This record gives sequence, C-alpha cells and structure tokens, in this order.
Amino acid sequence: MASIRVLLTKIGLDGHDTGVLVVARALRDAGVEVIYTGPWQTPESVVEAAIQEDADVIGISSLAYDHVLVPKLMARLRERGIGDVPVLVGGVIPGPDIKKLKEAGVVEVFHPGAKLDDIVAFIDKLGSHRPETVRA
Amino acid sequence: MGAASDDRAKEWEEQYRCAMEATDCRGERKNLSGIPLKPLYTPADVASDHDGALGFPGQYPYTRGVYPGMYRRRQWSRRMLIGVDAPETWNARQKRMIDAGQTAVAMVVCNVFLLGLDVDEVEKELVGTCGTPLSTLKDMEICYDSLPIDRLSVAMNDCAPFTAEAMYFTMTKRRGVPADCLKGTTNQADFISHYVSCHMQHRFALESYPRLFVDHTKYCIERMPHWNPLSIIGQHMQQSGATPLQELAFTLASGLYYVDLCVKAGLPVDSFAPRFTFFFDVTQSIFEEVAKFRAARRIWAKALKERFGAKDPRSWRLKFHAQTSGRELTREQAMNNVTRVAMQALAAVLGGCQSLHTDAWDELFGPPGEEAARVALMSQAVIAEETGVADVIDPLGGSYYVEALTDEMERRAWEYIDKIDRMGGMLEATKRGFPQTEILNSALSYQRAIDRGEKVVVGLNAHQIPEDLDGRYTSEPPDLALVERQIERTKAVRRERDAARARAALDGLQRALDDPKANTFEAVLGAVEADLTHGEIIRAFRERLGVGRPLIGVA
Repeated sequence: MASIRVLLTKIGLDGHDTGVLVVARALRDAGVEVIYTGPWQTPESVVEAAIQEDADVIGISSLAYDHVLVPKLMARLRERGIGDVPVLVGGVIPGPDIKKLKEAGVVEVFHPGAKLDDIVAFIDKLGSHRPETVRA
Repeated sequence: MGAASDDRAKEWEEQYRCAMEATDCRGERKNLSGIPLKPLYTPADVASDHDGALGFPGQYPYTRGVYPGMYRRRQWSRRMLIGVDAPETWNARQKRMIDAGQTAVAMVVCNVFLLGLDVDEVEKELVGTCGTPLSTLKDMEICYDSLPIDRLSVAMNDCAPFTAEAMYFTMTKRRGVPADCLKGTTNQADFISHYVSCHMQHRFALESYPRLFVDHTKYCIERMPHWNPLSIIGQHMQQSGATPLQELAFTLASGLYYVDLCVKAGLPVDSFAPRFTFFFDVTQSIFEEVAKFRAARRIWAKALKERFGAKDPRSWRLKFHAQTSGRELTREQAMNNVTRVAMQALAAVLGGCQSLHTDAWDELFGPPGEEAARVALMSQAVIAEETGVADVIDPLGGSYYVEALTDEMERRAWEYIDKIDRMGGMLEATKRGFPQTEILNSALSYQRAIDRGEKVVVGLNAHQIPEDLDGRYTSEPPDLALVERQIERTKAVRRERDAARARAALDGLQRALDDPKANTFEAVLGAVEADLTHGEIIRAFRERLGVGRPLIGVA
C-alpha cells in the first residue's frame, strides 16, 4: 500500500499542541507520513498546505474553541476542489458542537480519552488516495 | 539503625517477599517521574539531618516552608483563574467569586490578546472563547470597575511587552491608588516556558525577549515595591507532559537563567531575587508533588546562596502558586473531577503553596461554568477550614518516604540542571529542543500507559459505565452582543483619541526600541496613556523585533 500522508494542524488562535504532537509521534511510529504545520494556521493556509503536501487526511487539533473555524475550512476545501480529503478533529469539543462538525462533513471527532492505536487504525482504514507504484 | 532493628528489617523483608509470592502480586511500582518506589521506607532510607538539610520553616534551606508561621499565620491565596467572554462579564463574575471567598485575582486573557491582536482584527466567533479579551485601557477599567484594587493581589496572564499590566497600572493611577498599594504578579513573563510549551504565543523572535524582560523587571524593582515581575512557570511544561521531576528541573533551570540574565544586566541579585516567584502544576500524585515542592525550595535556596551569592534571605525563598492539573481530568464520569481536583489541591497545600487555583470539573467540555468554578473554590475552603491539614506546618516532614523522595527528586533534578548548564543554560537548551523532546517523550509514554491500562484512569480505562456524554454538558458560547460592543468600543477609542498624542507615543515606542538605554516598558506605559490599543503596540514591537516561531522538539 502507498504510505498515507497526514497533514496535522491547529487553526485559529490557540497554541496548546501536546495532543497533536503525541498523535503525530504515534502515527509516525506506525509508519504514517506526518506533516505538522505548527499552530496558528488559518483555513486558507491549511488548504494551501493540503494541496502542496498532497495530503490523504487532514487532522485538526483544538483545545480552546478553535474548532468553530472547521466548517469554514470544509467550505474552503470544497472551493479548492479537495473536498473529498477526509478531515478529522481531535481535542476538547463541547457536546452540541460535535454534531455540528459532523454535519459540516468532518468524518470523526476524537476526544482526549481516545486511544492512540484507535486513531492510527482509523487513519489506516481511510488509506491513501495516491496510486500504488508497483514494480514490473 | 541498631542490630536489633536490622534483624527486624530482615525479618519483615522476608515476610513481605513470601506474602507477595503467595498472592502473585506484581510488586514493582514507579511514580510519574519514573522513580522506583519501595514498598516501605524506614529510617535507613533517610540521610537528611533535620537542621542542616531541612531547616525549620522560614530557615535556610526552606525545605519545610518559606515562612516561620506558614498557614498558622496566613492561609494560601485562593486565586481562581477567571477568563470569560467580555470585560463586563469578567467584572461581574469576579465580584461574585470574591463574595464567595476568593481572596486573590488571576486574570485570564483571551487568545486574541495573547496573539497580539485587537478584538476587531480576528474572526468574530473566536473572540472571548477562552479568556477575556482586552484591547484598550477602557476594557481594563471595565474589568476592575469597583473592585477593591488597593487590597487585591492580582496576577495577570501577560507576556512581553506587558500591555495588560501597563493598562492596569495606568487605570489604578487614574483611580488614585498609589503604586505602593498595588500587589500582584506578572505571571507570563517567563518567555522560555512559552517556547518549551506552545501554550501562549511567540509574539516576537526569541532573541528579543531578554531585553524586554530586563526592562520590565527593572521598572518593577524601581517603581512597584509590591509587584512581582516574574513567575517562573513549570505549569505549562507539566501540562504538556513533563513529569513532576522534569517540571522541577526545567523550571528551576529557567529560574537560574533569569537570575543570571538580570545579574549580567547589572542588577544586584538581592534587588530582584526576592520578587521572583514560581508557578507549578500539581497532579494527584500527592507524595511525589509534595517532594517536588520541598526539593524545589531546597534547590532554589542553595543556588541563590551558593551560585549567585545572594545575602538577603528573602532571595533564597522559593514562593509558588500552584494550579491543579487539567490533564488528569476526564470527560468520562466528569463529576469525578471534583475528587481529583481536591486531591491535587491537597498535594499543593501539603507542599506549602502560597497561592492556589483549583480547576472546575467541567473544563473538559469548554471554559468553566460559574457553578463548577465555585465548587472548585469551595474545595479549597474545605481543605483549609474542615480537614485540619493546615493546622501543622509541613505535616509530612519527617515521613521516611517523603524525606527519601525529596532527596531523590532533588538529586535527579540537579542531574538535569547540570546537563542543562553544560548546554549553556536553559535558553540554549530550549533552542536545541532538549526540554521539548524530553517532555514529548514523557507525554507519549504517559498516553501509551493509559492506552495499555497500565495507568488507571477511572471512568476512562477502568470502572467505565455506559452513559451518553455527548450533549450532556455544554459551555455557554460568548455573548455576541458584548463582543460587538467591545469591537465598537475599540474602534471608538482609535477614532476619538488625541491623534497627535497617539502618534507621538507610537514614535516613543520606536525610539525606545532603537535606544538600548531606554526602558521599553516605560514606552508601553506612555503608549497606553495615549490610548494606543494593545494591537497597535504589539504591531510596533513586532515590526522591529520580528515574529517568533515554535521550537518543536523531535525525537
């Protein structure tokens, strides 16, 4: 299987990044290719990075309410023609907002108690959209 | 120990071994810092002599507490962090919390502020979501309207170049409160902690911070006799995954860096060291935390006396604020968080804290609700007034276990500090990513241990009960009408101020940045007096100093 490329990012104003760094390490240890943008990104900069990096999956980490920007990100992804890239959100998300995120097209929301292996397995199942290179 | 005692120890060891074998128990235990724990501690484990290594409370090296009377004389400050959607709501909640028994203030500002922006410069839905937005002096006046500022100790989440503090000082001056009546702490001046953990922001390039730090420290030393210009922060690190040992070592190493920085800037050590304070995280690992706090006091006292030659005993005292660990709280069966916070708070009190914030049980769902925050405050009241733990100074002192653990935490912390010294100090170590990588490794092991069930988290990986979590607890989103009002207020300030005066103050900022002899904090005060907004001031600094970038550790 072609290796999966995951773009991990934080949008908005908050910098708390332990969660995203731990997930990044777990994915990398599982053989997933990880690109981490660092915090304080905008929906626009994430779309740009996803295109540049040819991401298979986008993971958004949010601790302090920045998840409210995710629907905006989903719209930008569609506008730029990569609305089919699955988006995952992880972090502190108030109950009613989980539904809103899923309605906006987010495929899964992971809470602080989520197991790393479950996150890895979920991403593994999503797989890569790039063609496999096979030796003739 | 005598021969008879040795015999009895051997006898117990044998009995213990048999008992463990018979029940097939796994005997090995380690604490969060990875220190192996014996099943029993005895006088043979304690090397410390009371008067030398411990000292009486208020005596060098302060293992047993920094003051002779500790809580008998004065209880710790119940300093609750409050950050709500708008200055008006902050003021109202602050008043109600003071009425409920809160004794000190901790102002949590919004991320909009931390990033150096004004409320009208960001997406509206992000304003006030995780703290109180401040853009103008007017906002600060609303926050502290009719609060007893001459009697309150105020801590402010304010980073260089300290605009919130400049607003606070200007507001109090206009209300006629003399500078020597102001009590408080600048609790985000520790810029290294912001680079080790990304919890605040990187307004400017890292190289520009030392000067801003020294200018502000000088100003406080010379002009604000009861204001502490620095709180050295371990809390960010431990919340990012540092073990208590790592938090201890990295925080103390940061403290040594700041002392060295001020000494090299020409300040006599005893002029500023008494006003340096600390800010630690506290978990439920009660004995480990108590040992951490006791070891911290001993390390600081020794370093200030021996390394820096401080003569004033006040320079040797490590005073600290503690914040209970949000990382240990769970969404699952969230009410259990009340118990967790109480345990953490107990550890801080047994460790001799001077000031304490207790988390609300609902923080895993968003910013705390008022009722949950009040429960957290009352947990402190229960500990202080019902349990009796504050009746005796350093009640765990002399425990074979706690003394042995204090010694071990100190020994291992010095090993880290020596290593950091060899790298050229904490700033250099941070540039290399050393603490970041250590912390990330710990964060990952901690999560793996929970995932494997080796570390029990009640409700999450043990004692689960089926329940519908989603939608059960919510937090109130910010009141959009108040956000709109603040945006309008900010625009009005820019529109209605004396434009020539504002221009001159802006030039003053530029001049101060160009002139190494000028004090940048005085220029910030001038800018606030002239009604420049927070965003305008930060922008002026950023144009000269450049923007910082996260320094993420890799391993």
